[in-house]
Amino acid sequence: MTETSALTLSMTRQRPLDPPDEVAGLRRHGAIHRMKYADGHLGWLVTGYAAARAVLAHPHFSNRPETQHPPIASTRLELAQRDFKLPPGFFLRTDAPEHTRYRKLLTGQFTVRRMKMLEPRITEITNDCIDAMEAKGGPVDLVEEFALPIPSLVICELLGVPYEDRETFQRESRTLFDLDAGADDAVAALGRIWAYLMELIQRKREQPADDLLSGLVQSGELNDEELTGVGVLLLVAGHETTANMLGLGTYALLTNPEQLALLRDDPSLAENAVEELLRYLTIIHLGPVRAATQDVEIEGVTIKAGEAVTLHLPAANRDPARFPDGEHLDLTRPAGGHLTFGHGIHQCLGQQLARTEMRIAYPALLRRLPGLRLAVTPEEVPMRSNMSIYGVHRLPVTW
Amino acid sequence: MKIKADESVCIGAGMCALTVPKIFDQSEDEGTVVLLQDVPPADLEDAVRRAVTLCPSGAISIE
Repeated sequence: MTETSALTLSMTRQRPLDPPDEVAGLRRHGAIHRMKYADGHLGWLVTGYAAARAVLAHPHFSNRPETQHPPIASTRLELAQRDFKLPPGFFLRTDAPEHTRYRKLLTGQFTVRRMKMLEPRITEITNDCIDAMEAKGGPVDLVEEFALPIPSLVICELLGVPYEDRETFQRESRTLFDLDAGADDAVAALGRIWAYLMELIQRKREQPADDLLSGLVQSGELNDEELTGVGVLLLVAGHETTANMLGLGTYALLTNPEQLALLRDDPSLAENAVEELLRYLTIIHLGPVRAATQDVEIEGVTIKAGEAVTLHLPAANRDPARFPDGEHLDLTRPAGGHLTFGHGIHQCLGQQLARTEMRIAYPALLRRLPGLRLAVTPEEVPMRSNMSIYGVHRLPVTW
Repeated sequence: MKIKADESVCIGAGMCALTVPKIFDQSEDEGTVVLLQDVPPADLEDAVRRAVTLCPSGAISIE
């Protein structure tokens, strides 16, 4: 622990697939560090695996927006200063028991068994995307042709959102995750995606179909505002996460050709490869952030009530105490237990969907396009350093 | 080894069902843990321990 001088959070990476040296280097000094937040608050930064897991699982840390402080100066700082309130139903930012009520309405829809039932359709969507790439001929942008459309189409079909409307919600979704977007733009984007979902919920009430949103409407458990909030959360989360894992994961494989060859030659490695890519890439590179609701001791450090804690998941997932030689991508290592989906009650609701999508998509891409390669140099690939979820903006490939 | 499951704290993440499907399942409605056997065969004990570690909410334990 560094008590004397509080650090500020660096977002500057020296190498595109590694967390900032400044942050990873902190682990040598301990797992928990004093950090100055963008609003001047003196809180903490956690870089160790065990400490991050302990905070995420601890009942005395809140995820409610009004308890929090922004780790870096971004849209969130401006929104916090304006006292911006998240609308109801956005249950990611609630605590138990409020959180429990929302989550229990949804968990039955995302079980391992339900996700297994989606496998044939996900395989079909994946093959359609690769067919379209082949018909077009390289070079193509893999994000546009593969990484984004697969999870986008899957989440749209699951929720019952018309895929034809994707340009609208994909654009708003990008703005919401853009750290450089102004507060006015973010509020406007949220307003538009909110209005879109609100209108869709009305249509589901009038003409229910066999989809998740219709089921939620018919359950009668949530009012229209809550239904809209849940819809926005699931639609946005379903897009930005797996899409970035597919894009950045392919970049990681193409720049680690010996690892790519392992997975291409042995598709049975897919399950473990997905866990390792999740661990190694940890696309959640800013936060989560929590705040202590009472004094809590974590690994000998007292975190006082009201103090904010930022969990640096990319650093925690490379903690050598938990993942020896964690700096390297090794698709054969036991990678389970990483914190990329979080831990504790907020652990990703859609994680089994994400796993299913990735376990199908990566091997299919490598099998069907064995000559897949970057169409630019690795340095020319634009990285999503300015987005709250990391990845590649574009991935020009050919085969 | 005897497994205990507490549905009241389960958040339906599905890590147990994913890790040892012979021992753990999820309920249809809420996706919470369903114990298929509370005494696992010896060859699954390691996998059960792994599932306990992976569970995000502490809903499963062994004694």
